[in-house]
Amino acid sequence: MADAAVANKTVKLEITRQDKPDSQPYTETFEIPYRANMNVISALMEIQRNPTTAGGQSTSPVCWDSNCLEEVCGACSMLVNGKPRQACTALIDKLEQPIKLAPMKTFPIVRDLIVNRERMFGALKRVKAWIPIDGTYDLGPGPRMNEAKRQWAYELSKCMTCGVCLEACPNVNDRTSFIGPAALSQVRLFNAHPTGEMNKDERLETLMSDGGIEGCGNSQNCVRACPKGIPLTTSIAALNKDTTKHMFKKWLGM
Amino acid sequence: MTKLCHGVGVFVDALWGQEYNERRCLPMYEFVQHLHVQSGKENTNVMKGNSYYARRIHSLLGVIPLSLFIISHMLTNFAAVEGGPERFNSAVSLINSLPMVWLVELVFIFLPLLFHGIYGLYIAYQSNSNTGQFSYGRNWAFTMQRITGVITFIFIVWHVYQTRFQVAIGEVSHEELGGVMHLISVNTVFFVLYTIGVIAAVFHFANGMWAFLVSWGITVGPRAQRISSYVWMVVFVIVTAMFMMSLAAFRGDEFKEAAAALDIIRHV
Repeated sequence: MADAAVANKTVKLEITRQDKPDSQPYTETFEIPYRANMNVISALMEIQRNPTTAGGQSTSPVCWDSNCLEEVCGACSMLVNGKPRQACTALIDKLEQPIKLAPMKTFPIVRDLIVNRERMFGALKRVKAWIPIDGTYDLGPGPRMNEAKRQWAYELSKCMTCGVCLEACPNVNDRTSFIGPAALSQVRLFNAHPTGEMNKDERLETLMSDGGIEGCGNSQNCVRACPKGIPLTTSIAALNKDTTKHMFKKWLGM
Repeated sequence: MTKLCHGVGVFVDALWGQEYNERRCLPMYEFVQHLHVQSGKENTNVMKGNSYYARRIHSLLGVIPLSLFIISHMLTNFAAVEGGPERFNSAVSLINSLPMVWLVELVFIFLPLLFHGIYGLYIAYQSNSNTGQFSYGRNWAFTMQRITGVITFIFIVWHVYQTRFQVAIGEVSHEELGGVMHLISVNTVFFVLYTIGVIAAVFHFANGMWAFLVSWGITVGPRAQRISSYVWMVVFVIVTAMFMMSLAAFRGDEFKEAAAALDIIRHV
């Protein structure tokens, strides 16, 4: 069997754990048998099967959040060797050992590696990241979208609200109300849509309120950290342009 | 009533276990509005006031007038390199010959400086530094912008005290400032502190100009931002070099005579 060939090889993990949202974090080390093509999730599953620390002590299984296992749902974001990323695409073979796993610091911790990303969904609601089509009668089809525009807008639509950009941003912290890069980029996406554009000014005004686009300090970590390669800094700069224009138009009463 | 409203109504009824009634379409609308209000509410506790305009004014003041001032200051100082005390003094008196120079100083230098400096300290307080985790050039520039901002603010307060303030209280005259700068620049400790202050101020200016172009939506794409960063890097080197050449010129013997009459050490 393939497993037999690597019987003596192990994977060492150092996991930052926390039992309750308000309890103290602690670290536990695990050593699990190596299998070919493992990722962080399958390593966590191995710990779940046999929740014993490297010291041989029996412990509770480590909790984590995951769904799709193909980097489209955004649920398994965590710090892998200090960098926020998706655990499902973090391949054991490509990681330096011991692999350090920790929950993202920007979000409230639920348990172990599970965080509550609700603030991101709150931000999407706040900027109205949707296209309102509700009415009292059938409004018919909307205007067509230009193909060139559709191509870049599609890139923005890849956002899975994973929270990695918020974790990487030095301006998303408890001293600011900055909503973070993800929701900003969604404003650009919905403002680009021919029907969504009809509520463009409303979204821009939200970005011009406290916690909005002014919170960006141009560290540009977000665009480097985004697992989907979304041009977040381009979105932010484009929205800077739009809010600037909107501000002058409003002043001049245009 | 519409198909859509009907659809939502059926969905909500399924949730509530009630039969859908067309007449409830209006309450349905209110229900959706209620959801919108609720979604906004969760943020209102932290979203108070509006810092967009404050931040924009902070950004604009950094360019007009503060960046223009740093360039004009550099050119005035550089007169010391080009023509010694004579040229420097004529450059200083040129500025002081401006009509209502005190008003110009107040409105175009001191008030903008105070707003930019104090609001800047608040911006620095609000940010974390994670260059250990993300050691990218731009992230370093982000952190350095905040550090150099604080250094520059302290440096300017000290530098204004040593020069403009001494003129204001009548200890020295504008014509004697060359001598004051000579005494400062020959003092090794002051020279080192001035060098740090100059490098910090010019970095803050050059990198701030890069950020201004992004914050106002002038350089949008990655290529524009990259080219902009090269341009401002060159500006940083040139302006720093010119300030340092001036500081070196103040150390020269030419300014020694101008300083001979001064007993400025007690002020600094």
